Amino acid sequence: MTDTISARLDEHLRAPDLFGSASGRIVTLAFMVILLCVPLAAHFLGIRLQLVSLDFITRILCLAIAAVSLNLILGFGGMISFGHAAYIGIGAYCVGIPAYHGYESGWLHFPLAIAASALFALVTGAISLRTKGVYFIMITMAFAQMGYYFFLSLDEYGGDDGLTIYSRSVLDIINIENKMVLFLLTYTCLVASIYAVYRIVNSRFGMVVRGCQSNETRMKALGYNTYAYKLTAYVIAGGMCGLAGALLGNFTTFISPDMMGWSRSGELMFMVILGGTGSLFGPVFGAVTFVFIEEVLSSFTTYWALPFGVLLVLSVLFIKGGLNGLIQRGWNRD
Amino acid sequence: MSTLFFIQFLNGLQLGVLLFLLAAGLTLVFGIMDFVNLAHGSLYMVGAFFCATLTFWTGSFVWAVLLVIPLTALVGLALEMGVIRHLYQRDHLDHVLATFGFILIADTLVHMIWGPQGIAIPLPEYLRGQVEILPGVIFPTFRLVIISCGLLVALGLYWLIGRTRLGMLIRAGASNRTMVSALGIDIKTLFTAVFALGAVLAGLAGMLIAPITEATIGMGNDIIITAFVVIIVGGIGSMKGAFIGALIIGLIDTLGRSFLDDILKLFIPVNAAETAGPAISSMLIYLIMAGVLAFRPQGLFPPKVR
Repeated sequence: MTDTISARLDEHLRAPDLFGSASGRIVTLAFMVILLCVPLAAHFLGIRLQLVSLDFITRILCLAIAAVSLNLILGFGGMISFGHAAYIGIGAYCVGIPAYHGYESGWLHFPLAIAASALFALVTGAISLRTKGVYFIMITMAFAQMGYYFFLSLDEYGGDDGLTIYSRSVLDIINIENKMVLFLLTYTCLVASIYAVYRIVNSRFGMVVRGCQSNETRMKALGYNTYAYKLTAYVIAGGMCGLAGALLGNFTTFISPDMMGWSRSGELMFMVILGGTGSLFGPVFGAVTFVFIEEVLSSFTTYWALPFGVLLVLSVLFIKGGLNGLIQRGWNRD
Repeated sequence: MSTLFFIQFLNGLQLGVLLFLLAAGLTLVFGIMDFVNLAHGSLYMVGAFFCATLTFWTGSFVWAVLLVIPLTALVGLALEMGVIRHLYQRDHLDHVLATFGFILIADTLVHMIWGPQGIAIPLPEYLRGQVEILPGVIFPTFRLVIISCGLLVALGLYWLIGRTRLGMLIRAGASNRTMVSALGIDIKTLFTAVFALGAVLAGLAGMLIAPITEATIGMGNDIIITAFVVIIVGGIGSMKGAFIGALIIGLIDTLGRSFLDDILKLFIPVNAAETAGPAISSMLIYLIMAGVLAFRPQGLFPPKVR
């Protein structure tokens, strides 16, 4: 009895490994390699299947970065943000608006996207984090909607109709007009963001944030200013998601307020839950699975959202620990 | 100017009572069951579409409304007994995700059944006109009907919650669920009844607005966020908070959209005011929400016992 309790405690307090269990390590690594190699192979061999095309996978990778950043606060910090798509929109507009005015340097776009998103996260987080539970969910959602209406009212930048980006960000060393280069850049960013989350959650700072998730009162009693720790994590996640938005803006070359609508935030959240909260690669599994299912269903029927919604409800009711949980257990229910 | 202000005030009041109908259901369901229902806006949409169909079948908007009220209650019952009942024990995250799934399902079902186009609902002759409420102030009759319906429902809810046995159980359930069921009250049935009541209120809001805006797919998805803002400002779980919050938000939103440009023009150059006006007025209610939360994180009228 005591053994199982202490085992459970260990399980709970143990720093997340990069890959999880031994069987998980193989599957995860294989998955990441497939994600890199299959679209490249398809590109060079001239396979015209949408599901393995560079474009399709690049979009998934952008969303995966966003999901990884959301997981940092949702999975490790217990902050259920329902407004994470706002940062995607802000990041994308940080590419679109300077480009519209003729400033095309990526050295401006990407830092600006990260800084603007982090700033928005700082201001809204400072208010939202004063509240807890269901208030927090609704407030983050409302702030994201505020951003949505803000960009919607900017007639100069297209408003409702969106804004076309005529040229992707110019980076001196690489040319991301080439879709393979953009794919590789996005992949690198994804790997870097996973590694960043890995380092963060295993650092002293990350321990405190995770401590807040399991018992915030205890952390306060230990003398930590939990508000400041959570806010910092919130800002980091916002900045990271801003990067995802800048990449996505560069990829689609068309941005509109729809990118930050609240259903987008819901989708991001679902990716994280589907993949498994509080695991490093879970959000990537979640994003890939989510977009694949969406794509396959929508190729069969215009009413794809119906089976999709049913799937969503069922997975909430029946899948515990997400896909990552399934992978880590090696499909054995124990 | 003062006439225009008065008319916009009434428009704001109309938005306010609609928001109240939605927020009342949300806050009831949350207050007593601790359940976050994102799909509440879908019930609003379903009410509007049912009403559209029945208006064409029965030939009368009023009959349609009377028939749709029990229908939306049935939808609420089915939803509660089918799925939502199994989610009460889960955390808020699961509530949000599952009801997000419901929104997708509801929007697609409506698309399949009624098609992608919005449906206009014809009003009977006597509701279509305008009345002169004050000398020189002309206001559409139907909007007045919406306002009075909303206020009547508010009064009815006040009576129901404050003066009846059901209301007593609702209040008791909100402060201590376990105790209520330990005293021999069938809490499951109570939950179902409250959820159905919330569904009816949301459906009623949808029916009332549909003749003005048409019944459209996703019509609930925007207004539900505003309803969330209402209950955050008012205090989640509080009926009084929902009412006052709804009126505040409805008025501020409507008046902000009409007059903020002009007010800004007094202080900053006309050009800047014309750009900033719409941007700020579209964010106004969220700024109000942020302001309220900065001083009172629990909202203006938090429920006494939680």
